[in-house]
Amino acid sequence: MRYIEPHAHMVSRTTDDYQAMTMAGCQAVSEPAFWAGFDRSSVQGFYDYFCQLTQHEPRRASMFGLPHYTWLCINPKESEDLKLADEVLDIIPEFMGSPNVLGIGEIGLNKNSRNEMVVLEKHIDLAASNGQLILVHTPHLEDKCKGTRLILDVLKSDNRIKPERCIIDHVEEHTVGMVLDEGFWAGMTLYPETKCTSNRAIDILELYGSERIWMNSACDWGISVPLAVPRAVQEMKRRGSDTGQIDKVVYQNPIEFMSQSPRFIAPEGQ
Amino acid sequence: MADLKKILDLYFLDARARLIDIAAFMDRVDRSDDGDDFRYDAFCAALKALENGKPDRAGKVLLAFSDPTDEPIPVATTKAACGAWPGADNA
Repeated sequence: MRYIEPHAHMVSRTTDDYQAMTMAGCQAVSEPAFWAGFDRSSVQGFYDYFCQLTQHEPRRASMFGLPHYTWLCINPKESEDLKLADEVLDIIPEFMGSPNVLGIGEIGLNKNSRNEMVVLEKHIDLAASNGQLILVHTPHLEDKCKGTRLILDVLKSDNRIKPERCIIDHVEEHTVGMVLDEGFWAGMTLYPETKCTSNRAIDILELYGSERIWMNSACDWGISVPLAVPRAVQEMKRRGSDTGQIDKVVYQNPIEFMSQSPRFIAPEGQ
Repeated sequence: MADLKKILDLYFLDARARLIDIAAFMDRVDRSDDGDDFRYDAFCAALKALENGKPDRAGKVLLAFSDPTDEPIPVATTKAACGAWPGADNA
């Protein structure tokens, strides 16, 4: 089995996780910028984080033969401070030329506040102005449905944005339809409690098909499972999915989306 | 996958265990001190989505916990989500 992990916060993970992912068939990993679990105190903290994402982490992943890609932004959890957000947005272009940067992400909303909306619009403008792909975080739990609607409205209102160049992540049963219907890509995050379980993600695939959709672990510093994707593959096999269907969702689809960036190099043996 | 027997062979025991867990959770709440909590109210409302016999129960349960409003909130006073919408007066 081969797969691509399209959403993992590897800076929070151990080398054991890299080894396990590689042994499970992972061919490449993509790491969106994220909240550290605490608020960074200044733009310098983001500068160091972007250096980590573009320089150190690719080297660490390469020790396990794993190509590492990344996305840049200030996470919506830190978007309430507009001054800090502007300072971070100002330094992102300096890193956009790094060879492992695929686009802007994970941008989006957290609590669906006015300031979060302002910062989301600025990120979208940055991506559109620089021809970057977009990876979107949708809010958690009770805030997800409303936030997804707001995010789609903002993206659709900018005529420079092509839906096929945006992935809307963390969809669940109540949001996947609106995302796919508008032509965007959809990501399903496999979490034991707060997002999709493997079984529910496979249900969604049965209901909505396997076009413009992928699965990810979104493993980070919290409760999350770096091998969630290969575990879901095992469940797909138990249900009777054929190897072609599985390969499309966990390998070919991430390649199809990320190959829209010239920086993404499809793994050998595609 | 449309084979009923296969679905039940794969998932009946798991679903049964989860259902008993829900029943035990509700019993636990009943044994607690008196008082209201919007999260449990939302939980009981979401259970009704299971009763209508129509498809998309999962989506309807998720919607029962969701903020139904359309406008951005003035300011985010917390980063966390609790799993149920507390209502416009408490959001």
